[in-house]
Amino acid sequence: MSDNWDASKPILQIENLSISFFTRLGEIPAVMDFSCNVMAGEAMGLVGESGCGKSTVALAVMRDLGKNGRIVGGSIKFKGRDLTNMSQEELRHLRGSEMAMIYQEPMASLNPAMKIGAQLAEVPMIHQGMGKTDAWALARQIVADVRLPDPDRILNAYPHQLSGGQQQRIVIAMALMSKPALLILDEPTTALDVTVEAGIVDLVKDLGTKYGTSMLFISHNLGLILDVCDRLCVMYSGEAVETGNVREVFSTMRHPYTQALFRSIPLPSADKNASPLIAIPGNFPLPHERPNGCNFGPRCDYFEKGRCNAQDIPMSAVPNGDRHASRCLKWSEIDWAAPPALRTQKPKTPIGPVVLKMEDLKKYYSTGGGAFGGGAKKVVKANETLSFEAHEGETLAIVGESGCGKSTFAKVLMGLETATSGSIMLFDERVQSTPIQKRNTDTVSSVQMVFQNPFDTLNPSMSVGRQIIRALEVFKIGADDAAREARMLDLLDLVKLPRAFANRMPRQLSGGQKQRVGIARAFAGGAKVVVADEPVSALDVSVQAAVTDLLMDIQRENKTTLLFISHDLSIVRYLSDRVMVMYLGHVVEMGTTDQVFQPPYHPYTEALLSAVPIADPKVTRKRIVLQGDIPSAVNPPPGCPFQTRCRWKTQVAGGLCDTQMPPLRTLAGGHQIKCHLDDKILAEMEPVIKMA
Amino acid sequence: MLLFVIKRFGVMVLTALALTFVVFYLTNLPPNLEKLARTEGSVRMTDQAVADWIVQNGHGGSVFGRYAEWLGVAPGWALTDEKGVLRGRCVTNQVQTATYCGVLQGNWGTSTVFKKPVLDSVIEKLGQTAYLMAAVMLVMVPTSLLIGVMSGMREGSKTDRVLSFFSIATTATPEYVSGVVLVAIFASATTGLSPILAEWGWIDRKTLFLGTATSAQDNITFWNFTLPVMTIATYGIGYIARMTRASMAEVMTAQYIRTARLKGATFRSVVLKHALRNALIAPFTVIMLQFPWLLNGVVIVETLFNYKGFGWTLVQAAGNNDIDLLLGCAVVAVFVVLVTQLISDIGYVFLNPRIRLA
Repeated sequence: MSDNWDASKPILQIENLSISFFTRLGEIPAVMDFSCNVMAGEAMGLVGESGCGKSTVALAVMRDLGKNGRIVGGSIKFKGRDLTNMSQEELRHLRGSEMAMIYQEPMASLNPAMKIGAQLAEVPMIHQGMGKTDAWALARQIVADVRLPDPDRILNAYPHQLSGGQQQRIVIAMALMSKPALLILDEPTTALDVTVEAGIVDLVKDLGTKYGTSMLFISHNLGLILDVCDRLCVMYSGEAVETGNVREVFSTMRHPYTQALFRSIPLPSADKNASPLIAIPGNFPLPHERPNGCNFGPRCDYFEKGRCNAQDIPMSAVPNGDRHASRCLKWSEIDWAAPPALRTQKPKTPIGPVVLKMEDLKKYYSTGGGAFGGGAKKVVKANETLSFEAHEGETLAIVGESGCGKSTFAKVLMGLETATSGSIMLFDERVQSTPIQKRNTDTVSSVQMVFQNPFDTLNPSMSVGRQIIRALEVFKIGADDAAREARMLDLLDLVKLPRAFANRMPRQLSGGQKQRVGIARAFAGGAKVVVADEPVSALDVSVQAAVTDLLMDIQRENKTTLLFISHDLSIVRYLSDRVMVMYLGHVVEMGTTDQVFQPPYHPYTEALLSAVPIADPKVTRKRIVLQGDIPSAVNPPPGCPFQTRCRWKTQVAGGLCDTQMPPLRTLAGGHQIKCHLDDKILAEMEPVIKMA
Repeated sequence: MLLFVIKRFGVMVLTALALTFVVFYLTNLPPNLEKLARTEGSVRMTDQAVADWIVQNGHGGSVFGRYAEWLGVAPGWALTDEKGVLRGRCVTNQVQTATYCGVLQGNWGTSTVFKKPVLDSVIEKLGQTAYLMAAVMLVMVPTSLLIGVMSGMREGSKTDRVLSFFSIATTATPEYVSGVVLVAIFASATTGLSPILAEWGWIDRKTLFLGTATSAQDNITFWNFTLPVMTIATYGIGYIARMTRASMAEVMTAQYIRTARLKGATFRSVVLKHALRNALIAPFTVIMLQFPWLLNGVVIVETLFNYKGFGWTLVQAAGNNDIDLLLGCAVVAVFVVLVTQLISDIGYVFLNPRIRLA
């Protein structure tokens, strides 16, 4: 059926699509009046916050909305055939052969009890009626195509024997088994590390070109969309609000939501003091609480009562654009070039004396062999010779991919683990070998943590106020219940939550609000050092800005030392004073934010910086894709930990990288680098990111 | 794998020792021994005579010592009584045949009820029960898995509702109820189905099935064996079906099932190829747990249908204070439990590739 398709017509044509979910509460519209076209070989990006309906659109295209979901209006035409009234049998022939999907969590998307080869070979066996031997041969070829080493071993492996990046490559390989015309990618890299993400993104782009596949690429990451897509569609609360050519929309957006979104993400030009991020006020409307007229109206700076909330707003084309359209009545009246109105400049927090000092901290875990004991004992070297100082009022970012030891370090500092060797000076106390049970209340309350996932860290059966009061009780703050109650209300003020929230249960709060409660709890005992472990990575972009700002404000007020653990370099660049880059338990580079983000780089930092997608078409960056996976901490490579993936290795004479651990060198301005590279070569390094 | 089996075997031996000791201790409590003395000796014995009898028949001394003797790791007791007769654990016809003669040496004692060696009667009865258990498993496992998978693959559908109702009803009915009900319906010449069927001329006999399974000891037929098998199986079917349904329903919502569906696999292939193996991991453990549980189930059913197997023997032993026979039954029960659990653990590894044994 694909043979006689006219390539000049769209592969996928969605017209006025409306999808509803039918629950006990009645009909809940998830997507309203959504239209978009994907041409042959084109990559279309769907961008928006969680709950905006972008995944629902993708599942509707696959016609897999589950029991409750139903398409209530509009049409989805795939190569001219309407999918909305196809039978299950017809759909089955399209799925996997003409259109395929790549999912967010590769581990969960692969059958744990089936070999990779069998899962891949199944696709041509279903659709082309291919024999088993041929199908496995094809699978082997495609596995090699997605650049996985040692395809034969991989085909005979089970999913749990592969790393996350390898699993995602397998999911991609599975989607490509019958060379589909349309590929739907639902947040394909969200669960992966940045350097792995960069590899996957490159792969997807190359394969798209190689096979001429059209793509529907769903992401909340604007930078990624810019990297991968030709066109995009910005969604808000079930509607497409702006659509057009990616570069055109990114540089000359014509919808207030798109503009607000760009102002709330940390682009390289943002600065926490001079030009802070602007969070979008208010909250995302719930599907059954959508306002009349423009859904974005209540949060929009340009809102005009009686006009924006009067009637449903249609998409209107932006003249002189490349199929550019906006769902805004006032787009032609708004002065898009005007700088944002309220940008209050904030004073820089003065840096005080040293409050935390780590010297040669080591943390080894020993693990037994198998699940039932026995086997050789293995040592996981989670942290090796970690030395740094943190000052009062300073934000020190700790950056690295998963498995680099950043969370272990936080656990040791908090006292959840004790150090193997080395020392931690907290104020004037050595705490490296005092577990948290033995620390006194003062020490515990002065070092606190803000956790990554606000959804899991609040007790679901305790009211918000009660949880904060509980923390106050543990920290022995307040003379009596009344005093603690008052302090709890103060804390709610501090994190800018209404006082009425004290009686709410965690399930009644949005993600951003829960994280605010988490922050209030951390600061309940007047914490001096706060470890924020990826505090905003589970939140939507528009909320991230607000929570980040809140953390900064509290820091300014309390002169808190913030240890900001993150893998998101954009946000690190935006808010940190100093940055520490970790790889495989080692600190490979440390310096002020400017020093780390400018050359000379440590080769790993260079790769990390080049991997981060930036949502700014004016920025060009060098692509350095790291080969292979991060080595295991049980069996680290000899010499430099990064030598297995380093592209500069050949520049070091005498194979020093293979044999010797590089010394920690101090360059100009206290910038520290753990690398064998010559000063001359370091000096000649080019910046990865260039502003045009 | 071998190392794992050896380790598990060690643990099994320890468990078996602990469990048999508990049973030994409980069956050898002083009141039990007194009762034994009065049944074996004379009902009108004086208290002093009872005490003497207990000592003279090797039931004196510490419970640990006697346990060791029973086990065969301590020398068996032997003494010459006032009549000059040599008596002892290892004595046959007044001749000391061996120093050690406990369970390990194959001497399981003599049953006071059946008047023959415990080992012989236990093995014989266990053989009878093995037929019953095999028949139950053959009926129960496929039926319950089928019901479970059918109801779990489309959670909330009409099929699911009907099958779930059926499985909850059966698993909520204990054997002593379902046995009686089945007998009344199928095996009575005056009530239930049999008179109707006989009147219509559909069956030659008076009843559809036989209400007693004694004849099955010599010759198993559909007629005499259906009711005991169904009585045990019905309960288990509901139970395993519920487990399988829950596991299947959960697997069907897994993301890899969506992957399979969106690959274009037919529903049949999604269920059989992708869901089934993953869904069977949890019920497998439950099925293996059914073996020990069946040993318990047969007690009621064998008594109800007068089928002289292991369960019936256990009832006889307990009812007649037959200490050696009780202990023999306990050893067998412990052994069955531990072996099935070992098989269950090993089978688990084959079903679930994520588990590798050291």
